[in-house]
Amino acid sequence: MRVQRIALKPDLTSNSIDVDLSLLQPLVQKYKGKKGIAISLLQGAQDIYGFIPAIVFEYLSQETGIELSTLFGVATFYTQFRLKPVGKNIIKVCHGTACHVQNATAVGEAIQEILNVKDGETTSDSLFTLESVACLGCCSLAPVMMIGSDTYGNLDATKAGKIIKEYQKEETN
Amino acid sequence: MDKTVVVGMGSCGIAAGANKVYQALNNYVLQLPKVEFELKKTSCIGMCFKEPLVEVIDKTGSYLYGNVTPELALQIIETHINNNTPITQFIVSSNVIEAPQNYYFDLQKKVVLANCGVIDPESISEYQNRGGYVALKTIVSSGLSDVDIIEEIKKSGLRGRGGGGFSTGMKWQFAHNNKSDDKYIICNADEGDPGAFMDRSLLEGDPHSVIEGMIIGAYAIGANRGVIYCRAEYPLAIKRLNIALSQARKIGFLGENIAGINGFNFDIYLKEGAGAFVCGEETALIASVEGERGMPRKRPPFPAESGLWRKPTNINNVETWANIPVIIRNGASEYAKLGTENSKGTKVFALTGKIKNGGLVEVPMGITINDIIYKLGGGIKGDKKFKGVQLGGPSGGCIPAHLGDTIVDYDSVNKTGAIMGSGGMVIMDETTCMVDVARFFLDFTYKESCGKCTFCRIGTKRMLEILERITNGHGKDDDIDTLQTLGQQIKESSLCGLGQTAPNPVLSTIRYFRDEYEAHIHSKKCPAKSCRPLLTYIVDKDKCIGCTVCARNCPSNAIDGEPKKIHFIRQNDCIKCGICFSKCKFDAIQLL
Repeated sequence: MRVQRIALKPDLTSNSIDVDLSLLQPLVQKYKGKKGIAISLLQGAQDIYGFIPAIVFEYLSQETGIELSTLFGVATFYTQFRLKPVGKNIIKVCHGTACHVQNATAVGEAIQEILNVKDGETTSDSLFTLESVACLGCCSLAPVMMIGSDTYGNLDATKAGKIIKEYQKEETN
Repeated sequence: MDKTVVVGMGSCGIAAGANKVYQALNNYVLQLPKVEFELKKTSCIGMCFKEPLVEVIDKTGSYLYGNVTPELALQIIETHINNNTPITQFIVSSNVIEAPQNYYFDLQKKVVLANCGVIDPESISEYQNRGGYVALKTIVSSGLSDVDIIEEIKKSGLRGRGGGGFSTGMKWQFAHNNKSDDKYIICNADEGDPGAFMDRSLLEGDPHSVIEGMIIGAYAIGANRGVIYCRAEYPLAIKRLNIALSQARKIGFLGENIAGINGFNFDIYLKEGAGAFVCGEETALIASVEGERGMPRKRPPFPAESGLWRKPTNINNVETWANIPVIIRNGASEYAKLGTENSKGTKVFALTGKIKNGGLVEVPMGITINDIIYKLGGGIKGDKKFKGVQLGGPSGGCIPAHLGDTIVDYDSVNKTGAIMGSGGMVIMDETTCMVDVARFFLDFTYKESCGKCTFCRIGTKRMLEILERITNGHGKDDDIDTLQTLGQQIKESSLCGLGQTAPNPVLSTIRYFRDEYEAHIHSKKCPAKSCRPLLTYIVDKDKCIGCTVCARNCPSNAIDGEPKKIHFIRQNDCIKCGICFSKCKFDAIQLL
């Protein structure tokens, strides 16, 4: 079930991070009073902060009158929303059908081993977040992964490992 | 300028490096005061297996270069453009000379994709130059009424391309018949089916065709508002749609008194989905547009009666909308010449998996599966044995190799237990385990189940548990029966299309590949040698020379042996990772 899979807990630590709520004002102005805005509000907030800090839920609820539970319910339903800070580079490993039959699992496992994280986790140095996604739509290049907005295709465990290591090298330089 | 150089810039092309190619060419153009050609961008040409693609059009015709690198691109300019000598060894297709992939386009029938990979999708005038918005103007010039249009669509025999195959004309009729001040039409561009990218390519390559279809639909149904619900994962499609929408507004095809038709007011806005497969289901999609969790509602009432904001609503899929302008422009009877008795027109497929020439193809209804795979797709990768093809993604089923002469037609495909689906066609060979494929799809639908109704929420979980048990080598004797019973119950009792079709991949693989299930359960063997826990690696005593490579590379230290002596794998410690198998240079590791 979706809710179970995501198993998101709000990141309470993020309250201690400085969250500049004033950045949300244009967003609230744009949507306030209109109907059906919960998803758009949350998408806008995530564009600003990279994820949705717990305090942002409270702020949006106060400003727009949408119940906190409604906002949180929407955020946990859709895979797009993140309730925790993400790493600098988001690695999306495609597990669509075409990628699966061409061994995307091995690609995912290789990256997990190199970065020492599980699916959905962020490395302790906050440089990488690993995500499995259903389909990136570049099936003819399967298996595929995306790092940031760059797509890498025709992968196997070795190739994927090399690419990740190159990123690591670049980051440490 | 009589020469044009066009770079294919769909998502796939960009992923394969088309941006770098375009940049190299653009730098070249910028460096010189005057060049002999015009540099242009287009979208998906469909030949994904040869990306990045660059087309050169000169006085003689068109030449398509494949696997183009920035260096090759500059070489093409030097040799082909400046010296008028095509570099034949890199040409994959051409309408002038013989080229290895000419057949790829000859076998297709491009109706919906006619402009994809030809026009610049960010230019409305290029769309208009190819017959775009002529259909809309035809309505005005021939004085077609809303009823005339619906009759025309009915006559064309167009059926929903999202997978259901319901008559589009009938659907429009229902929404038309419900009277209301506000009516909505929605374009379902939430292409969530893993292994499918037809809608993405169409939106990236020819967004105006979808918009024109929607305008005509709005006129026929009497809708004043339109929504395109597009996956947020398709940033390029969203960007190009937004450009196209503002172009259409500017020219008066959206807004008030459209195309000079008095009182015809209609506008479209784009809504980004937030990632949920269930939102492909009509009522869940509506809930999502309303900003809620995308959970389906009970039907009736159907959306045609009470849909978005409780107003009459008509939802069609991207490809369906793109068919509309063609039908109105050329006439229903012309359109209906293509296809079979009950399935008219063409179908776009995303050909992927273990196939040599993966890509986007548009074929007339009635072509056989074998023709698509062997003639268009060039056969199976590595010339392995063709096992089956999965149609319709997580809602669909398999067509096994022995039914390869099945024709592409809603009814013929349904007879096999698969469905036409939205167009994902994943080819599988002898190394694909069908039980694992079924498990893969159930894992997907289980995760994507919204949780509203019990049969889908818990039923998919139970089926997944059984499939995991079978692929892990712990299958029980009555598991196949249990899967079939559960599957039938979930199909009959689920609230929406997701649950009603979720068991299909399992039921269809049991129907055609029961022996594979039995091998997993009774002999604890995976015939395709794909399910890791069921594999056994052993050392071939005749071939092992004792080089120690396997033992040194084994991550679980499960290989014993001294240098120059035959090695031995301790099965209890083996984690079946296959590293020894790939590292051994003497083929001395056997996979049983």
